[in-house]
Amino acid sequence: MANLNTQPVPRSGISTASYLLSIVRLALIFIVLCGLVYPLVSTGLAQVLMPSQAGGSLLKDSGGKVIGSELIGQQFTDAALFQSRISSIGYKAEASGSNNYGPGNPDMLQRTADAVKEWQAANPQVPLSGLPVDLVTNSGSGLDPHISPEGAMVQVPRVSSLTGIPAAELEALVNEYTEGRDLGIFGEKRVNVLKLNLALMERKGL
Amino acid sequence: MGIVQIIVVIAILVLLVKPVGTYLYYVFSGETNRSDRVFGGIERGIYKLSGLSRREEMSWKKYALSFLFTNITLVAFGYMVLRLQGSLPLNPNGTGAMEQSLTFNTVISFITNTNLQHYSGETGLSYLSQIVVITMLMFTSAASGFAVAAAFVRGITGRQSLGNFFEDFVKAHTRVFLPAALLMTLVLVALQVPQTLKPTLEVATLEGGTQQIAVGPVASLESIKHLGTNGGGFFGANSAHPFENPSPLTNVIEILAMWTLPASLPYMYGLFARNKRQGWGIFAAMMTLFVLLLSLNYYAEMKGNPQINAMGIDVSQGSMEGKEVRFGAPQSALFTAVTTAATTGSVNNMHDTQTPLGSITPLALMMLNNVFGGKGVGLMNMLMYALLAVFLCGLMVGRTPEFLGRKIEAREMKLVAVAILIHPLIILAPTAAAFLTDLGQGSITNPGYHGLTQVLYEYVSSAANNGSGFEGLADNTVFWNVTTGVVMLLGRYVSIIALLAVAGSLRKKQPVPETIGTFRTDNGLFTGILIGTVLIIGALTFLPVIVLGPIAEHLTLW
Repeated sequence: MANLNTQPVPRSGISTASYLLSIVRLALIFIVLCGLVYPLVSTGLAQVLMPSQAGGSLLKDSGGKVIGSELIGQQFTDAALFQSRISSIGYKAEASGSNNYGPGNPDMLQRTADAVKEWQAANPQVPLSGLPVDLVTNSGSGLDPHISPEGAMVQVPRVSSLTGIPAAELEALVNEYTEGRDLGIFGEKRVNVLKLNLALMERKGL
Repeated sequence: MGIVQIIVVIAILVLLVKPVGTYLYYVFSGETNRSDRVFGGIERGIYKLSGLSRREEMSWKKYALSFLFTNITLVAFGYMVLRLQGSLPLNPNGTGAMEQSLTFNTVISFITNTNLQHYSGETGLSYLSQIVVITMLMFTSAASGFAVAAAFVRGITGRQSLGNFFEDFVKAHTRVFLPAALLMTLVLVALQVPQTLKPTLEVATLEGGTQQIAVGPVASLESIKHLGTNGGGFFGANSAHPFENPSPLTNVIEILAMWTLPASLPYMYGLFARNKRQGWGIFAAMMTLFVLLLSLNYYAEMKGNPQINAMGIDVSQGSMEGKEVRFGAPQSALFTAVTTAATTGSVNNMHDTQTPLGSITPLALMMLNNVFGGKGVGLMNMLMYALLAVFLCGLMVGRTPEFLGRKIEAREMKLVAVAILIHPLIILAPTAAAFLTDLGQGSITNPGYHGLTQVLYEYVSSAANNGSGFEGLADNTVFWNVTTGVVMLLGRYVSIIALLAVAGSLRKKQPVPETIGTFRTDNGLFTGILIGTVLIIGALTFLPVIVLGPIAEHLTLW
């Protein structure tokens, strides 16, 4: 049974100084173990075993030139390419985040209404009811690499008319680049815009 | 599909509870078992190096002091590194020293397992700070929480002693967090989470522009961030960032990583009490409250924002402002509920952008602070409510209340009252104070009732040691750094110390024999009463402010 007297410091011959020194030594051991050994061993193992993933999953074009990371979205200004979602940081990946607008924030509602109007002007071939909400809203990270498959499909008529590539061919391309749910159940179906546009540009180049 | 994938994740969790809870019991009960052979040698080395080869049983006061002194030592180290990071190695991006009040806030935030972040990781921290301060405190704060929970459980189940803090602290690292984190890091890297010491990359984009891409040792932080229910992200966007959480699969892994250990603690408690039904009863109460609040968020977010729904576009995805396409509303709702239940505080969608009713879920889970809860602390809080429930029932039938065969008397109830009342006090008082001054009000970035919720959320999150935020709030000012710093300290240490005192006093009591008149605490009736107690205390305290914030906002939107 432990002695329940109320002395705050150890009994039984251990002095306060050596008790406190033990705490400092214990803290130092875990600073080294958790703060240096663990992350550096992790880095070493990751770099040796999986260098590509550990390095940020860089994406190369067919010529071998790095054009970004497959995980990080990019801004596309050319209307002949598929467009990404809205990003208040313009897909500048040295930072991340968004405006954190509340659902009733007038700036957010105005921005969304403007985006809808702009979209209508750029895509007159498609009825407004076909525009999925992900295309006119800001992702949380500001770096979302994906759009919904519907969001890619509704852009096909515009891209087709601007590039001259037949719509059927573009639809096939979108289908090819549509990723399913993980393990068939988790998450949402999605299209990686950078990969899709890379394929589109290489198709145009032919 | 949305509901199916949520049910699958919950089912996996339930299957993990028994094996993980049993393992935790062996870690903390001191019974000899196979894991001694694997870890015993390393642990003996650590004890020897720190001069702790003799480890005596501790009284509750000594246990609490050892916990405090260890935390103070770690925090002092963290403070120094952050203030000096500009001139220390492993700083390829040339990050300068952190400002004083922000450093104060940051080290408290991480030692209290809160991980409220008033800085942005990409620009505010060197790689050295990310690993040796942030990652290190994520381990040690989680291990500290686990240790005190183990001591509390030993006390109320009448074990011989509360144990030895240092031994619990070491074992939590060597047998739980370090091996699990290393394994999870490798899994995350395989699923494309970066782990590198290279500086920010620069690439030429498809359209011919340039893009700077921040990278770093992300995976090793990401794994302990969830296993330790810490929640502080490597990047500003936290688990919404594609490098922290690249796919729905990593999302599910992160959810299970932060959920499994807190959810297994009730089972471990059942083994300590030598009555597994006790443990399952507590678990059932937690899961019931969890599913109720998760459903609210799922329903509200799938329904979307009425003002956007009126624009005539296709809104079948629900509310997508602040959400990622790969997660959609279902994986976002589940993450939100788990991260605030388990007091992790990582986010895979921006809580500030959620619909008003949806945002009640994270607020309520943090206000209750006992639905699974953070490393160890959630179980302690739920057992505190269990003591209160037994006490209320005792008052109703006019019997001295008993819990696990021990009488609950005035001293225990006073301490429980302190632990229960401190939570609303440190939330509501500073929220009111923030509105009295321009220092607080000036930081609000969303007009109307939503602004009230922004301020409220910041203090709820600090008090519950959660760390998520309504991140629109411009909170990196001396006012917010200092007030939330103090709230985090009180939120962590007052209740832990009060509950350790309860454990110390219950342990000393003579067990009373069970009779026909004993109120049983291991059946469905008790689970129901426990849920009722949690809801009544929680609702009575926080309902008015919920009405002023999210509910008023909902009424203006719809």
